[in-house]
Amino acid sequence: MSMATAIPQPAERENYLNKEYGVWSWLLTTDHKRIALLYLISITFFFFIGGFFALLIRLELLTPAGDLVQADTYNKLFTMHGMVMIFFFLIPSIPAVLGNFLVPLMIGAKDLAFPRINLLSWYLYIIGGVMMLHCMLTGGVDTGWTFYAPFSTSFTNTKIVEAGLAIFVAGFSSILTGLNFVVTIHRMRAPGMTWSRLPLFIWAHYATSIIQLLGTPVVAVTIVLVAAERALHLGIFDPKLGGDPLLFQHLFWFYSHPAVYIMILPSMGVVTEIIACFSRKRIFGYHFVAFSSIAIAVFGFLVWAHHMFVAGISVYSALVFSFLSYAVALPSAIKVFNWTATLYKGSIHYDAPMLYAFGFLGLFTIGGLTGLFLSALGINVHVTDTYFVVAHFHYIMVGGAVMGYLGGMHFWWPKISGRLYPEGWARLAALIVFIGFNLTFFPQFVLGYMGMPRRYYDYSHMPEFQVLNVLSTAGATVLGVGYLLPMVYFLWSMRYGKPASDNPWNAAGLEWKTASPPPTFNFDEEPVVTWEAYNYEELDAPHSEEVPVAR
Amino acid sequence: MAPHVDALYIFLLIVTGMMALLVFVVVIFFAARFRHRPGVRAEQIEGSTALEITWSAIPFAIFMVIFAWGAVVYFKERTPPADATEVYVVAKQWMWKVEHAEGQREINELHVPVGRDVKLIMTSQDVIHSFYIPAFRIKQDVLPGRYTVEWFRATKPGVYHLFCAEYCGTQHSGMVGSIIVQEPAQYEAWMNGGSTGPLSATGEKIFAELGCVTCHRTDTQGRGPNLQGVFGKPVRLEDGRTVTADENYLRECILDPGAKRVKGFQPIMPTFQGLVSEEQVNALVAYIKSISAAKPAAGAKTDASFATPRDPNQIQAQADVKAQAQPNAQPNRSQVQ
Repeated sequence: MSMATAIPQPAERENYLNKEYGVWSWLLTTDHKRIALLYLISITFFFFIGGFFALLIRLELLTPAGDLVQADTYNKLFTMHGMVMIFFFLIPSIPAVLGNFLVPLMIGAKDLAFPRINLLSWYLYIIGGVMMLHCMLTGGVDTGWTFYAPFSTSFTNTKIVEAGLAIFVAGFSSILTGLNFVVTIHRMRAPGMTWSRLPLFIWAHYATSIIQLLGTPVVAVTIVLVAAERALHLGIFDPKLGGDPLLFQHLFWFYSHPAVYIMILPSMGVVTEIIACFSRKRIFGYHFVAFSSIAIAVFGFLVWAHHMFVAGISVYSALVFSFLSYAVALPSAIKVFNWTATLYKGSIHYDAPMLYAFGFLGLFTIGGLTGLFLSALGINVHVTDTYFVVAHFHYIMVGGAVMGYLGGMHFWWPKISGRLYPEGWARLAALIVFIGFNLTFFPQFVLGYMGMPRRYYDYSHMPEFQVLNVLSTAGATVLGVGYLLPMVYFLWSMRYGKPASDNPWNAAGLEWKTASPPPTFNFDEEPVVTWEAYNYEELDAPHSEEVPVAR
Repeated sequence: MAPHVDALYIFLLIVTGMMALLVFVVVIFFAARFRHRPGVRAEQIEGSTALEITWSAIPFAIFMVIFAWGAVVYFKERTPPADATEVYVVAKQWMWKVEHAEGQREINELHVPVGRDVKLIMTSQDVIHSFYIPAFRIKQDVLPGRYTVEWFRATKPGVYHLFCAEYCGTQHSGMVGSIIVQEPAQYEAWMNGGSTGPLSATGEKIFAELGCVTCHRTDTQGRGPNLQGVFGKPVRLEDGRTVTADENYLRECILDPGAKRVKGFQPIMPTFQGLVSEEQVNALVAYIKSISAAKPAAGAKTDASFATPRDPNQIQAQADVKAQAQPNAQPNRSQVQ
């Protein structure tokens, strides 16, 4: 992979990348694959901005005293870290990049149902992103990404309305993407591509889209109410005017809890594809995995108040929400067991995407199991709003979602770019990310149980917390290297990587039956599907003599 | 509370540790055992409904044990004993103000004796805060516009961290303090130094000064309800509902009298929103509670001590009402330095 010169290209087939050149052919494209790349560039940009904030946070916490930045600066750092990472990286990450690229390819369609709306989604995202950048550069916000009232509505003097509007606009990008996917999956499947032949990646995106469609409008309404309260003092959330600050929390978490599933479900879809391919097997319990995605989407809407067990809700409603939180944990557990069972009697390859999938399994399992602690009412009282929660949701949203995203990027990169990345570096990066992640976030579980509250800029009253914070900061630097590496070698591979064949992994799925990179309309002829998903038995069938089956 | 929470925590560590270990060992074993070997193909398996049911039912049963146990601990955490000593807490950006029923006031500190149940009745002057004592494993958000309650019983003398756990602005991480748990004798000594008279006596003073007595008379002739014995009792409202006259109800009646008007009375009471400080509302509530004859049997003992407001401290309390009208100007009355 240390190739110094570009590989001489034979006359290339026409594909979506080389069909047209020039800025406008990209900025006015309606090709879902090009839009996916536009998203890829934009979310990578925001990922590194959010990551930069994270690095400053970790550096500040290296010492107990608040000595690197001012208290207000620190408060803005964690606020902007959260807002950028959640609304401008995690929520669009897999759906808008991999989903955009793959949903039409996987179901045998020429494009999404509404190509222009797809482009509009990207522009909305960019408008929201520019507003957010402007907001950050001109002062930022210090409420935490949760915007809790009445602090956000009546007390802080930072740029709440501008940040809110940025999220409001970006939210519509998310809604439109969801809408596009739902219609595409219902209406544009190739002949023979029945619901039970769909790749589980599609099921996961279908479930995600439903959440985006039904949940995002609620956060949009909430943001409008916050803005109205700030501007007009309506008294919706302000108790002095007869409002209720808890109403804000109910509205906010009604979206923001399901939003976690917007981030993790697509990642589960990616991991399902990878495990099937690199075990050379059909997925164990296809229907259970498919319906568990839908179950997560449905139950995910019924657990929001588990963020509010100490907020002042009644003990009886806490009881109901605790119970329902265990109900939503079950489909995730079922998925983990089915992935594990898929490995059984497989023929397992350890290529880079599979290493990311193993990493996902480990981190997501820890994230999920620590969720059981938080759903247990008696323990929640102690650990909520501490670093225990911080560690838990990073295990799910970074350990889980980002591992899946990176795994997916490696798995489909040959299809997206038509090039192979250096395998050795990719395996090394997977290992570095896994180690760095655990080093960063595992100590935070301990910190949380010891009682360190989140969003503390200065912990000089409790120097006993320092050792674990130093470990965590050390881990963050390792993690940072792990995240930079793939960007470097992906860029490198675009020029110097070996050309990829149409199906370098010998994977099942329609996306591998067309060229790498695919032509603009995806398939030269409309595919007709006559096989089940994950037909690895046929793909691996011996051409001449009989080969023994694994025992 | 800590032993109950820790017991459940350890149980969860064991159970989830075993679950994680099971998944990791099986994944690693399969990954090694079924690694790709040239010439060996994977064996296709459709799935197994029996297995799916098994690995759904067993975790669900375990989840339900955790759920039930967690709920039991939570109900304990959320149900203060009836005879608990009451302490009022007012949170503001960025300090904790504490008022004992006996009249002692502290800032960012709370003195309590070992072995006594302490119930905190808390409200906020501005944004949402959260009163968190990690060593006692308790936390409760403190909201503007209403009371929330938490309780604990300290079992070992010492100084424990008090944190604000709900992000509340610039100095959120500076909104920390200490819970000082003392032996009863030491605590009594502390309590007797520099008291300003019982909170309920202060409340009675305010009750008179604001003219509440002219309508809320102790006979049946008043234009407002007689407040003797009202605390803890069900109250029939004008709109037909019945509510319990708890701290939050009394507070709401002072600040928003029209919201839950008592049946048979005219809507003539003005709002005191903005006219009384949080500390004055606390004192008024403490006073109304003190004139309630029929308290739960266990609570009578605690409250009887200051249910007779005609004690000498009353005179001193008079001077104190003015100080309370400016809550921001209060000096740190902490007795520990």
